Amino acid sequence: MQPSRLHPRDLLSEALAGMLQRPARSALTALGTVLGVGTFVAVLGLTATTSSQIDARFNALTATEVTLQDIAREQNEFAGPAFPADADRRIEQLGGVRHAGVYWPVRLAPGTVVRSAPVGDGGGEPVDVTAASPGVLEAAVPTLAQGRLYDEYATRTAQPVAVIGEGAAARLGITTLETRPAVFIGDQPFTVTGIIADTERKADLLMSVVVPRTTAERIWGEPEAGAASMLIATDLGAARQIAHEAPTALRPDHPEYVKAVPPPDPRTLRSGVGGDLDQLFLLLAGICLAIGAVGIANTTLVAVLERTAEIGLRRALGARRRHVSAQFLAESGALGALGGLVGTSLGTVTVVCVAVARDWTPVVHPATVAAAPVIGLVTGVVAGLYPAWRASGIQPVEALRR
Amino acid sequence: MTAPVIEFRGVALTYPGPPPVEALKPCELTVEQGDFVSVTGPSGSGKSTFLNIAGLLDAPTAGTYLLDGIDIGTLREQERTALRGRRIGFVFQSFHLLPHRSARENVLLAMVYNGIPRAERDRRAREALIRVGLGHRVDAPPTRLSGGERQRVAIARALVARPALLLCDEPTGNLDTGNAATVLRLLRELNDDGMTIVVITHDPEVAACGRRTVAIRDGVLTERFVRDGAVTERSA
Ligand SMILES: Nc1ncnc2c1ncn2[C@@H]1O[C@H](COP(=O)(O)OP(=O)(O)OP(=O)(O)O)[C@@H](O)[C@H]1O
Ligand SMILES: [Mg+2]
Repeated sequence: MQPSRLHPRDLLSEALAGMLQRPARSALTALGTVLGVGTFVAVLGLTATTSSQIDARFNALTATEVTLQDIAREQNEFAGPAFPADADRRIEQLGGVRHAGVYWPVRLAPGTVVRSAPVGDGGGEPVDVTAASPGVLEAAVPTLAQGRLYDEYATRTAQPVAVIGEGAAARLGITTLETRPAVFIGDQPFTVTGIIADTERKADLLMSVVVPRTTAERIWGEPEAGAASMLIATDLGAARQIAHEAPTALRPDHPEYVKAVPPPDPRTLRSGVGGDLDQLFLLLAGICLAIGAVGIANTTLVAVLERTAEIGLRRALGARRRHVSAQFLAESGALGALGGLVGTSLGTVTVVCVAVARDWTPVVHPATVAAAPVIGLVTGVVAGLYPAWRASGIQPVEALRR
Repeated sequence: MTAPVIEFRGVALTYPGPPPVEALKPCELTVEQGDFVSVTGPSGSGKSTFLNIAGLLDAPTAGTYLLDGIDIGTLREQERTALRGRRIGFVFQSFHLLPHRSARENVLLAMVYNGIPRAERDRRAREALIRVGLGHRVDAPPTRLSGGERQRVAIARALVARPALLLCDEPTGNLDTGNAATVLRLLRELNDDGMTIVVITHDPEVAACGRRTVAIRDGVLTERFVRDGAVTERSA
């Protein structure tokens, strides 16, 4: 005699029938799983969305930026400045370079104040002075509020001109260029040619008075050892190659005087689920899942008790103990999977809504979408273990007596 | 000569106490193929106990039970389950229909565990329902059926897997006289077609249907022979 069988399709349809028998109860039971899985998908989706946002910014800007540092004095204590006078031109000759320029923060003598009038108190907050060749200003991709940047000519002839950032302008009380304002650094006047509203790189320029490199050298002398840097804006994908070539292009005699800082590797930037808040939400998702599991376990146990007679009948019709367990496991698993599916949809919708509201591109990893219903299924099956075990222990004789 | 459907050799069942209950004392009984046996006795006398043993729902604590010539005591649990599903049909006093499923789906349930191909099941369920005279109520839920109709669905479910033995525990216990008569007539027709039937009943009219009558009193099984109007009792 062949043992009794339960075809998987029969198991599935029995489980579905059991679940649909009381649709409202099933829906309420699945709610915990819906919340748990939904939170899980939403958290992972939002994390992926924001980090891809960071990646996008990174690709556009950081990946096209190389910084060169003057380390001549570290290599040789008698060395002069590492960047030659024609540094901009030398670098801009390299393929893939868009703009390049030398800059350094100007160290003013103690007591020197920056103000917008020749006399008067030097009150207000201090303002930085930066020496920069025109290439720096262009590499920073500025948005001008008023006026224009100083040009090559101003640099070559060491004109007393300045471009100021909007933050610095506010501190100095300069609101318009129509009055042809000047900035006094100590008692040295500089004509303001432009006010920068915003930059994409080197945001510290916004708080500075920026003067041509040559003018700074004429008035305050060469930069201190190691103070000067070079900012290079490159084409996409060229940065690493340029970082490699730049020291030699600048100083064929002493390439070791220049240290190139290439953009960081994008892969190290990609942020995982690292934030405290993300972890808190994942914990919350776990708690929801646990509550969901308890709910499913409870409902399934109640169903087992309610359906004792049915279990007895099935045993009389040839069902083995394992068929009875399998049926209740399948029912609780189906409930969990259903909750998981609905939760996945709701979580994805949440991610899309947030992304649309923030004008981001929504990103949900396929692995997340695939894993979420499985998590629901596993939750349901685990929750069904005890009720299924109880169901399989029901004696048909006792069950049929009812 | 085929083996008898049921052969009890000193079969007994004592429920372990405390105190132990001798629900069925050692008894001999042979039910041949095509027999129609009615089992009578007062409440608590051990009728259901007898039926549960015969239906492999309970194992005897003593004696040998041969079903279709197979010694049940030598079988493993899984084999007994399979035998129960394939060789025995049950009809209960309280019908035991699933309320959320139609008559047809209730009948289908009897074919889920027996390895009957899915493609065949629907046709067989319909045939069984037609056989019990419910061809027109195939898709009705049990809640919309009368008591007699429900019991006929239950009989269709018991028949559909083509068992060798039909065991009925008070099949008319919940039915009025008219419905009871319909169910009885059906059982008799099935017996005429060759089905072996054992019916537990309180109802003398039902008992009179049987070709043989077995009485149980305080767990003691006796067979009553009705011959030439004279009733003789013989202790088994
Ligand atoms: N699980 C059990 N444990 C102990 N005693 C039991 C158990 N099941 C039944 N009994 C006892 O065994 C005896 C026979 O019970 P059974 O159910 O066979 O009676 P019955 O003839 O079917 O009665 P009724 O006509 O009321 O259905 C009764 O005395 C009952 O109390
Ligand atoms: Mg009884």
